[in-house]
Amino acid sequence: MSLSHVFDIAGSALTAQSQRLNAVASNLANADSAASSNGQPYRAKQVVFTAVPLGRNAMGNDPTAMSGQGMGVRVTSVIDDPAPPRMVYDPKSPLADAKGYVTMPNVNVVEEMTNMISASRAYQMNMDMMNTAKNLLIKTLALGQ
Amino acid sequence: MLNSLDQFLATRVSALDLRAQRSELLASNVANADTPNYKARDFDFTQALQSALGGHRSNGGGLQVDRTSPAHLAGINGGTGNADVKYRIPVQASIDGNTVELDTELGQFTDNAVRFQADLTFVSSQIRLLQIAIQGQ
Repeated sequence: MSLSHVFDIAGSALTAQSQRLNAVASNLANADSAASSNGQPYRAKQVVFTAVPLGRNAMGNDPTAMSGQGMGVRVTSVIDDPAPPRMVYDPKSPLADAKGYVTMPNVNVVEEMTNMISASRAYQMNMDMMNTAKNLLIKTLALGQ
Repeated sequence: MLNSLDQFLATRVSALDLRAQRSELLASNVANADTPNYKARDFDFTQALQSALGGHRSNGGGLQVDRTSPAHLAGINGGTGNADVKYRIPVQASIDGNTVELDTELGQFTDNAVRFQADLTFVSSQIRLLQIAIQGQ
């Protein structure tokens, strides 16, 4: 029954989006962490989403069946944001370099906030989808009664 | 008799099957709304249903096995697994190569769900009809 695959697919999206939300929380919490455990300033973490075959025919090796197959989403890696760090002039800081600049994390707070909104909306959307699929399945179970 | 019972329900049941399959595809699209380079997919329901019911096979539908000898087996044709899945053409493509438009997908998903429920209602009324016929009262 394909409808139950909707749970797998939407469920994978829920997991992925919550991981993204976790990354956002980590980034916002450390937006001002000039020194982390490794002595370097914190670097923003970004999740990488990849579509993965899921649901119908996911286990089969039939290449002709691939086109119509359900695709879930998975976080395949969490990368350090390659953006350059923010340099803040603060000669009083013990972390300041010779010119008086402190290397701050490359977290873009505005970007993280939009990321958060996007993730929570996507989470809601997938939740709605699961609810719809659940209702349909319940109605199907009641068929003929 | 069993065959005609099967035929009595066949259209609605294939439709339900295809609706379920389509909901899976649409759920994939929504799940991958933020995946770079993901292309939204869908299929033409009318065409898929016709193909599933063994109707107009010549105009598209599922892939057919070519038989060059009468001794060849026909293979599995029709069926709901053969819906012609196509990529959706986006109205506003995004820069990361993703073609999912959430409003379209959600609208289609809801539409699909409502039609699924309609089909369920039809099937259950057909079953009621059968029960009336069986009881003969």
